Amino acid sequence: MTATPVLEVRNLRIEFPTRRGTLVAVDGISFAIAPGEVLGVVGESGAGKSLTGAAIIGLLEPPGRIAAGEILLEGERIDLLKGEQMRRIRGRRIGAIFQDPLTSLNPLYTVGNQLVETIRTHLTVDASEARARAIALLREVGIPAPEARIDHYPHQFSGGMRQRVVIALALCAEPRLVIADEPTTALDVSIQAQIIQLLKRLARERGTAVMLITHDMGVIAETADRVAVLYAGRIAEIGPVREVVRGARHPYTAGLMGAIPKIGAGAGKHSARLVQIEGSMPRLTSMPPGCAFHPRCAKCFERCTVERPEPRPVGPNLAACWLYE
Amino acid sequence: MNSGPLLRVEDAGRDFDVSRPWLDRVIERAPRQLLHAVDGVSFEVRRGETLALVGESGCGKSTLARLIVGLYAPTRGRIAFDGVVISDPANHAQTASLRRRMQMIFQDPYASLNPRWRVREVVAEPIRVLGLLSSDADIAGRVAELLKQVGLSPEDGDKYPHEFSGGQRQRISIARALSGQPDFLVCDEPTSALDVSVQAQILNLMSDLQAQLGLTYLFISHNLAVVSHVADRIGVMYLGRLVELADAQDLFARPKHPYTRMLLDAVPDLEMSGRQRTPVAGEVPNPLSPPSGCTFHPRCPHANERCARERPALVQRGGTAAACHAVEENRI
Repeated sequence: MTATPVLEVRNLRIEFPTRRGTLVAVDGISFAIAPGEVLGVVGESGAGKSLTGAAIIGLLEPPGRIAAGEILLEGERIDLLKGEQMRRIRGRRIGAIFQDPLTSLNPLYTVGNQLVETIRTHLTVDASEARARAIALLREVGIPAPEARIDHYPHQFSGGMRQRVVIALALCAEPRLVIADEPTTALDVSIQAQIIQLLKRLARERGTAVMLITHDMGVIAETADRVAVLYAGRIAEIGPVREVVRGARHPYTAGLMGAIPKIGAGAGKHSARLVQIEGSMPRLTSMPPGCAFHPRCAKCFERCTVERPEPRPVGPNLAACWLYE
Repeated sequence: MNSGPLLRVEDAGRDFDVSRPWLDRVIERAPRQLLHAVDGVSFEVRRGETLALVGESGCGKSTLARLIVGLYAPTRGRIAFDGVVISDPANHAQTASLRRRMQMIFQDPYASLNPRWRVREVVAEPIRVLGLLSSDADIAGRVAELLKQVGLSPEDGDKYPHEFSGGQRQRISIARALSGQPDFLVCDEPTSALDVSVQAQILNLMSDLQAQLGLTYLFISHNLAVVSHVADRIGVMYLGRLVELADAQDLFARPKHPYTRMLLDAVPDLEMSGRQRTPVAGEVPNPLSPPSGCTFHPRCPHANERCARERPALVQRGGTAAACHAVEENRI
């Protein structure tokens, strides 16, 4: 191992105690992100990708709780930190970008106010210095005329511009890690491309590690260095983006890739049928034994129904599948 | 009459009055303010084809869908279904029977199904309302048949919508839409609330049903990749206007309008060919004060003085119709 990874998650398990028993939403997830690396986390709704992100920044909604495993930020455990201690890390060392830029900004304060407040909370600078820094940040995220725009309220910005403000807010204390949860989902395609390029450029320039959570494989293919594919709270496959997108080892990843409509030569109605994965992801209350994907898997055999596969090296990837035993 | 297009939309427009309240306007001497959500759109949908309309949020595609099915009345223009102008109240007697032949599938299957009704009641409602069958046994049989057709089991009829996943609910919506025996379905973003693997199931189901029942689709979506999979022809909308209309293959192989080119460039590249996306400069302008001339000109790399002054008309050339001065003048 060379440098310490910025983020390391080991065997993370998130549980929700309910009256009808404990639901395991995330079950034994492990991964690491190196400085300057973008790790894409994909999965369908309910796969546990947002919960994993929330657990890392310490924003897991009760009754959800981390039942097992460790989260290390630059080699130091953060999953045991409480309230005030965690608050100092959040914003300072971990920045967060959420899906809806309108709800992540306070509508009653100007964006300048919010940026200056965040900067002064985490860094020891005076007000005028913080304002200069906020203007520089707004310029860096591509907001035209930042000197004037800094005194505007969030509703005076368009969706794409608002998301740029949120990115500026996440980056203002120079965090080591940014968790971006569906940052482009609420945006139109033409704006999406701008935001993705921005995120990628900033991560590269500053050496910030990025955990990019999304359901959109296209966004991952363009942005991420490595991808983790989540299914029913477990990692189905993890590996370099090219290997996962073009040479998926796990049957779920392969099916997922085939299910995505592509713009290609054979456009039009007479193009090939989309690959169809029958059924849908199991509910947490009725998780199948063995491999969670086995009831939908075309290549399922006996062992899959009884024994749970752990991620194991398959070529350059790790895949949790008995096919590669 | 029956060989013509199934649906013809001529210069349809819909304005929404978004003015301040009357007293405010009087005090502040503010004028009335109209939002032209759909602004002079003309096209035809041929029998048995899938015409897709694509565009970014606020381009008026959903408003247009609602104009066609009669959920909104057009401010201007005419909409004719099977040769009869359905947008004209004078044709009311005829339109009622024609409206039965069109149904709509909505985006959000969580909002479009009544949570207090069992699925069989949801699916049977159009049959009862339209009086297609009278005896309860016949209706039950037809509902079971419809549920099977969309890939559910007849026993699912006894459940409530909340017991189903998003994809299954969209199947129920489709069964309900089909229960009135329509030949024309208006689908407004039918898969955008669904996960990809489920989206693939629904898209495949829709194409199977089209082949079996000879349906005609108007498919509204913001997702070009989805559209490329289902459409015969594609119309691209921008700020309430149709800027390009072409066969699916032509549109993807030889996009004409600069906005279409820009949209295609912005689609994430899954093949990882290393193609650099050209991010688009600027954003969709405020529809309350659209730019003069061609509404796309402030973002367009080929715009000149004429584009800022004169609104381009949709001009047919070969298989493609585009509303662009630069294309017309062979500048691009």
